[in-house]
Amino acid sequence: MIVSNRQELKEVVLNAIEDGTNRVVVDFSNTSYIDSSGLGVLVSISKKIREAGGDLRLSGMNDDLRMLFELTKLDTLFRIADSQAAAVQELT
Amino acid sequence: MITPIESSGPGRQDEALLVRVPSSLEYVEETIAMVYEHCLACGVAEHVASFRVRVVLSEALGNAIMYGNAMNPEKYVLVRVDVRETVVMLQVEDEGQGFDPSLVPDPTTPERIEEIDGRGIFLIRKLVDDISFNERGNAICMTLRHA
Repeated sequence: MIVSNRQELKEVVLNAIEDGTNRVVVDFSNTSYIDSSGLGVLVSISKKIREAGGDLRLSGMNDDLRMLFELTKLDTLFRIADSQAAAVQELT
Repeated sequence: MITPIESSGPGRQDEALLVRVPSSLEYVEETIAMVYEHCLACGVAEHVASFRVRVVLSEALGNAIMYGNAMNPEKYVLVRVDVRETVVMLQVEDEGQGFDPSLVPDPTTPERIEEIDGRGIFLIRKLVDDISFNERGNAICMTLRHA
């Protein structure tokens, strides 16, 4: 998830919020790297979900992705679950 | 499609790749993929090429296209990759006025942690082993150890 494709996730989440969804899991099991634009989109959708009274979980990160969140201290802003199943369970 | 304008190919002592990228974000992924494959072919460890190289190149290339060249279709970004025995050097140069990297604020402070932008240079500094800018501030050189 990088500068050239970051809007795709944002659009999916914003459409879901418009359709009444406010509990969202973003799973990174198939994501090998993220840049700062991708991180910015996550911050942005996190705000939108909060405004909608909902909750966001991130899951499935490899060690490199986790390291990015720790470096930027975004691990203090997001709730990160070990697996998609665990993230879904936390939101239900 | 982007074509390298210079490539010594793997197997040479100084394994260089030079790519001229139009100032549009649609070329970012293709350029990153080309550099990634070049690094692998030149013996850069997969875990270095797949994460650190791709992230820092995405940051530098995105900045060069969006801020340096302001998406001007008449301007280009030059990406040069030099794979040496123990390091890979990535140079990204745009045609913009340049910027002062010392003025980029820390994005991890409590007042900035929820900002959408402003983490790019910070991430590059954290992920590379050495970083330098030219005097004008429109070219960045990032060095990563790979062996």
